[in-house]
Amino acid sequence: MTTTGPTTARAPETITYTGIESSYEGTMLEVRHLKKNYGSGEKTARILADVTFDVKPGEFVCVVGPSGSGKTTLLRSIAGLQAPTSGEVIFEGETVTEPPAKMAVVFQDYSRSLLPWMTVAANVELPMRNKFDKAERARRVEDALISVGLAGKGSLYPWQMSGGMQQRAAIARGIGYQPDVLLMDEPFAAVDAQTRIELEDLVLRIRQAYNTTVLFVTHDIDEAVYLADRVIVLSGAPTSVTENIVVDLPRPRDQIETKALPRYAQIRNQVFKLIQEAKSHASVQS
Amino acid sequence: MNTLTDTTRTALTRLWLPVALVIAWWVSSAESTSLYFPPLATIVEVFVRDWFGPHFTADLLPSLGKFLIGFTLAAVLGITGGMLLGMNRYTRAAAEPIVLFFRSLPGPVLVPIGIMVIGIGAGMNIFIMVLGAVWPTLMNTIDGVRSLDLVQQDMSRSYRLTLTQRIRYVVLPNAGPQIFAGLRTTLQMSIILIVVSEMVASTNGIGFYVLYSQQTFAVAETWAGTILLGVLGYLASLLFIAVERRVLAWQAGITKE
Repeated sequence: MTTTGPTTARAPETITYTGIESSYEGTMLEVRHLKKNYGSGEKTARILADVTFDVKPGEFVCVVGPSGSGKTTLLRSIAGLQAPTSGEVIFEGETVTEPPAKMAVVFQDYSRSLLPWMTVAANVELPMRNKFDKAERARRVEDALISVGLAGKGSLYPWQMSGGMQQRAAIARGIGYQPDVLLMDEPFAAVDAQTRIELEDLVLRIRQAYNTTVLFVTHDIDEAVYLADRVIVLSGAPTSVTENIVVDLPRPRDQIETKALPRYAQIRNQVFKLIQEAKSHASVQS
Repeated sequence: MNTLTDTTRTALTRLWLPVALVIAWWVSSAESTSLYFPPLATIVEVFVRDWFGPHFTADLLPSLGKFLIGFTLAAVLGITGGMLLGMNRYTRAAAEPIVLFFRSLPGPVLVPIGIMVIGIGAGMNIFIMVLGAVWPTLMNTIDGVRSLDLVQQDMSRSYRLTLTQRIRYVVLPNAGPQIFAGLRTTLQMSIILIVVSEMVASTNGIGFYVLYSQQTFAVAETWAGTILLGVLGYLASLLFIAVERRVLAWQAGITKE
């Protein structure tokens, strides 16, 4: 079915890069002609027109689009948090009608998605309650915190931490849930540039360590190209997929070396142009 | 060492005025021959005689017992009712007029009906307390439950928390600050209602003691009973604040940031 990854999570630093599992032919996530309108009649807001793409097991896919292109709407539909107007999302062979058990979401607004009345460890543990027994949960919380660099910080409350640390905790909660796919909704939009770079590399390490499929939504072109195996470029609303770009940059990626490659600049510029076109198209239309 | 002096300083800044007032009262009333304002020394004497004496079990304990039962019932009913109403828009719409009606009704006005229907005694006192004091907690719990953040709702759903888990770990703590604000008002109303209902519909309790002593011209007793009520109310608030601080420590932490 899917890659189950190492059963014991290790600290990402100890794991050597093995490349993407390409032996899986199946599709993990299929987004089929997804359409979403809000309201009805003349006041209808057409957000998603027709969005179609696939994500293969083990793949790291970034979705980029101009602001207002319905990225969050798309992600909430994929996560089973809202029903599309038409079209469907198929996750591991089944149509998504409610949040699937093998899917975890890291929300953009960590300060709201982490519960302030619980310690970080309790926050990470909460979703595991329906999956693992108490001893297993304790072990997995510890593992998850170690892998995001928050070892020993479990007893802190989220509001005692910096924004970057809070988003690390939210990522720990996501991977501790042992999902087959991790959905990330502009997770680093609210942190400073320095922290953003650290967190990008953290996500890459974690993805290797847990062998998780990642669908990462962002408005940041550099971030998308740096992280992804494939970049899906959205048009402006009403949204469809403009382009599906394979990022054939070598891994492991490095903030300096990768970004110095001519190929990186090439892909980046390609995505940038597409986004600019989408923007001007959207502004002509509206 | 430092904390010790801090505690002493806090105690001093808080206590100097009450202490000064008591001393002023003591001195100015020492020679009093007025029927209605007996010397504080006499009041204290009666206070000790009665409240550390026979009236401790005859009136103080019954009042405390009724108060504890009544307040607990009002709190539990208010919180559970508020959760049920807050989480379902249909029951909330149906219940809203009823809640607004009872909330607008001054609690003591229920006493005559209570006497007619239930008669005189502890059951009736508790009934009046609960029926009169439950509303602030109920209203605030409804508001608190409804104030749940959209991201927290999404988080609860996407991680497939069960209904029980959602209530226990998300909805209830989120409503905590508002629930406590409601409970504080419920606490004050409970004290008012227990005293009022004991005054007119009881054969024991501190309220009964105060009114009975006033009607029999035992003026020092009337003062002693009133002071006791004040002291008990004050202690109840202190206890309440201590519990609130503990339970809502996380909120204080956020606001400090």
